[in-house]
Amino acid sequence: MMLIPCPWCGPRDESEFHYGGQAGVAYPDDPGALTDAEWARYLFFRDNPKGPFRERWSHTAGCRRWFSLVRDTVTNEIVA
Amino acid sequence: MSGAFRTARGGLVDRDRPLRFRFDGVEYEGLQGDTLASALLANGVHHVASSIRLGRPRGVFAAGVEEPNALVQIEEPFPEPMLPATTVELYDGLVARGLRGRGRLADRPDPARYDATHAHCDVLVVGAGPAGLAAAAVAASSGARVIVVDDQPRPGGSLLGAAEHLDWVASVAGGLRAAPEVRLLTRTTAFGYYDDNHVVAVERRTNHLGAQAPAHRSRERVWRIRARHVVLATGAHERSLAFADNDRPGVMLAGAAQTYLRRYGVRPGRRAVVLTTNDSAYAVARDLHAAGVEIAAVADLRDSPGAGRAPHGAELLPGWAVAGVTGADRISAVTLRRLAGGAFTGPELRLDADLLLVSGGWNPVGALYGQAGGRLAYDDGLGAFRPDGGCRQALEVAGSVAGTYTLKGCLAEGAAAGARAAEATGFRPGEPDLPETADPEVTPGVAVWTLPGDPATSLVDLQRDVTVADIARATGTGMRSAEHVKRYTTAGTAHDQGRTSGTLTSGIVAEMLGVNVGDLGTTTFRPPYAPVSFAALAGRDRGMRFDPVRVTALHAWHVAAGALFENVGQWKRPWYYPRDGEDMAAAVLRECRAAREGVAMMDASTLGKIDVRGADAAVFLDRLYTNMISTLKPGAIRYGVMCRPDGMVLDDGTVIRLAEDRFLVTTTTGNAAVILDWMEEWLQTEWPQLRVYCTSVTEQWATVALVGPESREVLASLAPGLDVSRDGFGFMTWRDTTVAGLDARVCRISFSGELAYEINVSWWDALALWEALAERGITPYGTQTMHVLRAEKGYPIIGQDTDGTVTPHDLGLGWAVSRTKADFIGKRSFTRTDTARTDRKQLVGLLPDGGELLPEGAHLVAAAEPPLTALGHVTSSYHSAALGRTFALALIEGGRDLVGRTVWATLDDGLAPVTITGAVLYDPEGARRDG
Repeated sequence: MMLIPCPWCGPRDESEFHYGGQAGVAYPDDPGALTDAEWARYLFFRDNPKGPFRERWSHTAGCRRWFSLVRDTVTNEIVA
Repeated sequence: MSGAFRTARGGLVDRDRPLRFRFDGVEYEGLQGDTLASALLANGVHHVASSIRLGRPRGVFAAGVEEPNALVQIEEPFPEPMLPATTVELYDGLVARGLRGRGRLADRPDPARYDATHAHCDVLVVGAGPAGLAAAAVAASSGARVIVVDDQPRPGGSLLGAAEHLDWVASVAGGLRAAPEVRLLTRTTAFGYYDDNHVVAVERRTNHLGAQAPAHRSRERVWRIRARHVVLATGAHERSLAFADNDRPGVMLAGAAQTYLRRYGVRPGRRAVVLTTNDSAYAVARDLHAAGVEIAAVADLRDSPGAGRAPHGAELLPGWAVAGVTGADRISAVTLRRLAGGAFTGPELRLDADLLLVSGGWNPVGALYGQAGGRLAYDDGLGAFRPDGGCRQALEVAGSVAGTYTLKGCLAEGAAAGARAAEATGFRPGEPDLPETADPEVTPGVAVWTLPGDPATSLVDLQRDVTVADIARATGTGMRSAEHVKRYTTAGTAHDQGRTSGTLTSGIVAEMLGVNVGDLGTTTFRPPYAPVSFAALAGRDRGMRFDPVRVTALHAWHVAAGALFENVGQWKRPWYYPRDGEDMAAAVLRECRAAREGVAMMDASTLGKIDVRGADAAVFLDRLYTNMISTLKPGAIRYGVMCRPDGMVLDDGTVIRLAEDRFLVTTTTGNAAVILDWMEEWLQTEWPQLRVYCTSVTEQWATVALVGPESREVLASLAPGLDVSRDGFGFMTWRDTTVAGLDARVCRISFSGELAYEINVSWWDALALWEALAERGITPYGTQTMHVLRAEKGYPIIGQDTDGTVTPHDLGLGWAVSRTKADFIGKRSFTRTDTARTDRKQLVGLLPDGGELLPEGAHLVAAAEPPLTALGHVTSSYHSAALGRTFALALIEGGRDLVGRTVWATLDDGLAPVTITGAVLYDPEGARRDG
C-alpha cells in the first residue's frame, strides 16, 4: 500500500486514488490533421519503462483532483 | 497428571490449571500454557500426522510457527483446518485430529466476529524477543509512538524457550504496557510488509479461549499499521539437513527440544542422539541431560567442535553423522558413522534412542525483509541467507534476523536499532537498561545440506514431501534457478512457506549444479508470512456490509408492494411487481400492456444526474457529446451520446438546458460516477481554461416516469397549471410546474416510444408524488418491463447492448453524430480504417422462427452446417406483449445489410433459425410518441 503525496491533501493511502496512466499525453490540437498512424499513436501507445515513470493520479476518495508524479516502477518509490 | 513426560517442576506452564483435550479420539490432559504440541509430547505422543503425498508418519518437528509436520484439524469448539499443533494454544475442551494433507472447512456459518484497525506509529517493532524488546524499550524511552507485535502469548521470544532473563522481560514488558504512547500486541503475527512501511498483522484475540471466548470480543483482528520506521527483530529458525528417514517421528530440531523442556516442562524423549553442525545444540544436550534425558551421543559434523562440550556421559563424535534411523511411527535407534570426503567410512555405531535432535544451523527469518523489497545475501560465515542491508524502506534489522546469534549481541543490536529508529523519526532515545549476559566463545558452524543415503527418503521439504531425489530430478531436467526448482518440485510452497526448508533447498540445488549457493539465491518472499483466515481479512465487510446498498426514496413502498429487486451497480431497483400467483413472465407482460395500452409508472430516480454550469458549459458539452448541444434552447431537451477518444460509445442520456449557462445531464444508472469522473478528468487535465463546474445531483432529484397513452390525462389532473396539450408541451421539452401540489420539473421524454413524462421532484417529495399516482390505480413497473419496452423500440442500453467495441454508427445512432462540429471526443476515430469498415458488427433485431426465448450472449452463425462462421451474438432477449412473441437485439457483422436473412442461434441443444430485422420492431413510424 503506497503512501501517495496528494498535492492538496498530503500523503494518503494508495486505495484512495485512481490511476491515470502515463502523464503528458496531450489531446492533439487538431486531431483531424493527423494521419491514422499518428492518431493511433495517441490512442494506443504508452511508455512502459522499468524505472522512473511520470504518471497521472486522481485523489478520487479525497479532493478529486488530478496530479502527476514520477514513480520508480521497480521499487514504487515516488521520486518527484 | 498432565503426562508421563512432564518434568516435576519448571517451565512457564501453570501446574495448578490442568486442561482436558481430545486428540485422534483419545482423552488427554495438559496444562494452562501448553500448546497442543507440548501437551501431546508430555503424553508421549510424537506421531501426530501423516504426510500429504507419501503418507509417511510425521511427528512434532519444531516448537513454533516454522513447524512443517504436525498439522492438525480443530474439530471443537469450531472447525478450523490445517493448523500446526505448535501454534495452537491448549484450552479446555479442545478436540483435534491429525491430518494427512488438507483439512476441512466448517460446514456451518462462523459465529465469531472479526474486525480490523488502522494504526499509525513512529516506530513499529516486529518481534518481542531480546532484540525486539531492547529496541522497543529504547524507542519508547524517547517518547516516540511505538507498536510492538509478537506472535507468542507473552513477550520474550527465544528467552521463553531458554527460560532465562524472564525478570528483565517482565520489567521491559511492564514498562511498555505502562507507557501511554506504546502498544504491545501479543498473539499478533505481522504477515505482510508492503510499500512505504505499511505492515499488516493479525491478532488472535480469543482463539486461545476455546468455548470460553466471550461472544462480544472479536476473534481475530487485522492491524493495518503505517509506521514511520520499522525494526525487524524477527529472529531465526533452526533448520535440519537432508538424510535418509530424517522425517521420522522422534526426529526433532534441537532448539525445539530445549523449548519443550524449558518453556513447557516436557521431556521430548528418554534417550537422545544429537546431530549438529554448530555450537547451539550443545546447550540443548546439557539441558536435556540435566533434566534426566539420557544423551547417547553428540555427532558433530565438524572435525574440530572447538568450544562444544558434550554433557557428562555422552559420547562426542567429531566428524560423525547419521547413517540411518530405525523405526517408522517413532524412532527406536540411530545408526552413526564417520563421514570422510562426503562418504561414510569405518564401522557403524548403532545407538538405541527415541529422540534424534538435529541442528543444521539457523536461518534468519528474512521473509518480511524480503517482502519490504530487500534482498537476502548468503553469508559464508553464517552458512545462511541474511538481510543485505540495502532495503530502501525505512527499517532496521536487529538480532538473529541480522545473523547475530549471541544473546549479548542481540540485546546490543536491538538497543542500537531502537535508538536509530527513534532518532530517524525525530526523537531522542535514552540509555538502554540491558541484563548482564555472558559472551560465550563461538566456534563457527559448517554448512552441510545432505548426508549420504537414499535420496528418495531424504526429505527436504517435509510438508510438501519433496525429497533430494525430487530436486535431483528438477536439476536433471535442466532447471537452473531456485524459482524454477520451487515450482517444479513444489518445495517451499506449503503453508509453512519453506521456513525450515527454503535455505536447504537452495543449498542442495547449488550443490547439484556446482554453483555458489549465494549466487543461486533464495526464492521470492511474498505475503502472507503465515496463513491468515479469509474471515479475518474480510473482517466486518461481509453480508450486508460487503458493499454499500443504495436505495431510492421509494424503496420502502416497493418492498411493501412485493417488488422483486435487481442490483444495478450498488442500487436496488424494482425488477417487477408480481401480483398473486404471477410468475415473472406474466407480471412483465401485464406491466408492458399497461404501459402500451393505458398508463404505468416507474421509479427512475437512480438515473445519474449531473448539474453542469458555467459560462463555458455549452462549449464543454459540445466537446463531450457526439452531437451538437450548444444550439439547444433553454427549455428544450436533447438525446446525446458520449464516446471515448477511440470512437467507442461510453454512455448516453439526455441533456436538459436549464439556462444559457446551465445544463442537467442524465447518465445510465451504473455509469453516473464514471461520467462525473470523465467530465472532471477532461476539465482538469485538458481544458482547465473552461469555466465549468460539475455537481452530482442524482440523490437530490427523484424521478418518476409516467408512461402510456393515458399519461397526459393523469398529468393534467395532477398539474392543473400545466398546459399538457400536444402543441403546448412538445416532445423533448421541459416545464417547471406543480404536480400533486409538489414543486416539480416535468420532462417530455420517452424511453418506451409511448407518450410519456418524467416527473422530477425533490427526493423528500418522492413518496408523496408516487402515492398520488398510485391512488389513481396506475400500474407500477420495474426494470424488466423498461427493458422490454425500450428493446421493442430498438433503444440500446449502453453496457448491455454494447461492450466497449461499438460505435454510435454500429448502434444505428449515426444521426446523433455531428458532421458540423470541428471536433468532439471520438470524432477523429470515426474515419480510422477499422472504425469506418462497413462490415462491423451492427445492432439489429432478431425474430426467432420457432418462438424461442434466446439466451442473451448466444452466438449467431451463418449456416446450420459446419463450418459455423460466427457472425455476432444476442445482446438482449425478451417476450413482447405488444408483438405477441419473443424477440431479441443482436450485434451482427454487417447486420443492417442482412435484414430479412435467416441466421442461426447456438443454443445448448442445437441451432435455432432466426430472422434478422431492423432494430425497431414496434411502432417504427414513431406514431405513438405524442399520444
